[in-house]
Amino acid sequence: MSLDSPPPAGPRVGSDEWVARQAHRREYLPSWLGSLERASERAGWWPKLAAAAAAAAVLPLFGLGQFQLQVGIDALVIALLAVGLNIVVGWAGLLDLGYVAFFGCGAYGYALVSSGQIGANGIHLPSYLSIPLVMAAVAGLGLLVGWPSRRLIGDYLAIITLFFGEAFVEFTNNVAPSVLGGPNGIVGVDAIRLFGYTFTTNKSYYYLLVIVLVVTMGVLRLLDTSRTGRAWRAVREDPLAAASMTIPVNRVKLMAFAFGAAVAALAGTLFAAQQISVFPTDFDTPILILVYAGLILGGAGSIAGACTGALVVMVVYDGLLRSPTESGYLFYGLILLTLLAKLRPWRRLALVLAATVALGYAIHAIAAAVSDSAVAGGPHSAGLIAGALRDWVVVPASATVAGNWGFVALVCLLVALVQVSSQWRTILLPPTLYLASFVWETRLAAEPAITRQLMIGAILIVMMNARPQGLFGSRRVEALT
Amino acid sequence: MAFFFQELVNGLTTGALYALVALGFSMVYGVLKLLNFAHGDLYMVGAYVGFFVIQWFGGATSLSIPVPLLLVIMFALAAGLVGGLGVAIERFAYRPLRDAPRIAPLITAIGISFFLESAALLLFGAQYRVYNTPDFINAHSGITIGSVTINSVQILVLVMGLILMVGLQQLVNWTKLGRQMRAVAADREAAEMLGVNVNFTIALTFFLGSALAGVAGVMAGLLFNQVTSTIGFIAGLKAFTAAVVGGIGSIPGAMLGGLLIGLAESFVTGYLSSTYSNLLVFGLLIAVMLVRPSGLLGQAQLQKV
Repeated sequence: MSLDSPPPAGPRVGSDEWVARQAHRREYLPSWLGSLERASERAGWWPKLAAAAAAAAVLPLFGLGQFQLQVGIDALVIALLAVGLNIVVGWAGLLDLGYVAFFGCGAYGYALVSSGQIGANGIHLPSYLSIPLVMAAVAGLGLLVGWPSRRLIGDYLAIITLFFGEAFVEFTNNVAPSVLGGPNGIVGVDAIRLFGYTFTTNKSYYYLLVIVLVVTMGVLRLLDTSRTGRAWRAVREDPLAAASMTIPVNRVKLMAFAFGAAVAALAGTLFAAQQISVFPTDFDTPILILVYAGLILGGAGSIAGACTGALVVMVVYDGLLRSPTESGYLFYGLILLTLLAKLRPWRRLALVLAATVALGYAIHAIAAAVSDSAVAGGPHSAGLIAGALRDWVVVPASATVAGNWGFVALVCLLVALVQVSSQWRTILLPPTLYLASFVWETRLAAEPAITRQLMIGAILIVMMNARPQGLFGSRRVEALT
Repeated sequence: MAFFFQELVNGLTTGALYALVALGFSMVYGVLKLLNFAHGDLYMVGAYVGFFVIQWFGGATSLSIPVPLLLVIMFALAAGLVGGLGVAIERFAYRPLRDAPRIAPLITAIGISFFLESAALLLFGAQYRVYNTPDFINAHSGITIGSVTINSVQILVLVMGLILMVGLQQLVNWTKLGRQMRAVAADREAAEMLGVNVNFTIALTFFLGSALAGVAGVMAGLLFNQVTSTIGFIAGLKAFTAAVVGGIGSIPGAMLGGLLIGLAESFVTGYLSSTYSNLLVFGLLIAVMLVRPSGLLGQAQLQKV
């Protein structure tokens, strides 16, 4: 190795968090992104929370319809879950794959004590009693589920909690159908009634959720900066070292489980009351993966990151990806943004874009010359995009089979793209981009439900590989490896 | 008593299936210390490969080639394709994370599992694909001992399962490759210093494990007759259970665990009710983990500072 070879990329052995942060600042210092980041750092945590809360509060004034409000409510519920999961996964570093079961227990618990399900007349506890009761009970359950974490490390704990989550769904589906309702769930759940006000409309639940989320985030912030919060992070980094610093490791882990479970239960009660019903399928693995995707995207370990990540994931997942027009803008916009951010210098970017455009027109011309049916189908996107792409992307009359092969080829190309050297990457990029557009117009835009799931899976994979700390998390550097 | 033996045979057959999936899972855990949540989905892909091979040769009722040849092609293709997929996943998603905190590859694995499941849904649709095994393998042929019948598909699964398990055991214990795999499992850095090609060994382990899952998928298609994109998740869970009950990372343990889970499931379904079979399997797992966290045949790991 010659002396003037460049230093290895990434954080070096022996550099700690502070050094990494400084390096990050230096890197960003000249750009406008850097100045934005410094301004936001100066503002402090509490004013930012207040600003976000105010923004959320004025949002419904812009005439949101019922659909948008429902998306907002779902996003807030998932954000509450992500903030709670952040305690267990982000701070204490325990991989809890049964987290959604706590959410389900909260929802079922609230539904049982606030509906006609038990006894002749049912139990209708007032909300100021039922919500704390359910939260306390589920926190107790969290202690119980977290109990194995005293002996089991990492992976084993993940399995146990995963089975707990699965067992919850099996349990609510099969056991005691007269009480839990089996697959038909529990319907006719009471609305929440606090301080003499009954929450019935979607708008009222939106505001209730905003308030609950902001208060929860505030409380968790206090917790994070307390002795307990520091203990959690110490245990996450190294349980053995933490134990030798007189931190009661087992008790601290159990506390994380209990707090996480309580937040999930709170989300569950609000969810049950807003939905007026609970079903076992509401608490299955896809929800768990959504919550994880939000947490990972935002950055595990940061409250604001968890909340923002979950909101972004849910608004995209639930709101934008439903209509072909909006999802098309999102898809092409994201691709363009990624190219703009990642492709340097500008000459290379211009080259790739020009090559892609030329390639598309060439392929379309050839396909049209060979056979009419090869270009018979129009692009699936609507509006401006469809007009722009009409003579560019080839959409055959029977698009499904071609689109499926295109999808397989696209995944192979993407995998190859990551492996090859940068020269080959420039060459491979235009066909990949064209293929992506082809698959989108033939298959993905036509199947929004499946596309949403693919997107969630891809977020988890790509974020873990490209930016494990998430969009807002701070970079973690191992002091010694 | 006949019922008992019939359930025993059924349990052993599904147990052999779970054991094969658990083996691959356990091998991967051995070398990478990674819970490969995507393993169950590889099994699903294998089952689809088998289905498309049958379609390719004219469908179950009008096969254009003899049945033994069809079976060989099905198993070979499933093993090859799924094994290749496993290697690609390792190369693309897990290798960059080899030195990351433990939680990162786990979450990636969940993402891959979800991605594979959705991709299968996109490519193959949500409907059940049916193998129609009875159309080309006579369900009534087989061995009858007293009143217990072991049909030919069950014999196939049991014999192949046994051969693969014994073969794998021999491979790991007696070949150079097996020695390299054990070296990487014991200590990756030390193995690398002693000249073991770690990347190649890990890729090969992924290939073998994924190929086993693919073969098990074809077997499941022949045995249960139907395939859909969600079968991977529950099979993956059963395989985790089997691997963990037997002692994760241990190959005989995975076999024992698989057989135990298969038998437990079969007897619970036969004598109690199929409603509780999954709950019972989960309960069994949690009980074993609490009493013996290292599994039945696993060794407790000492924590070194």
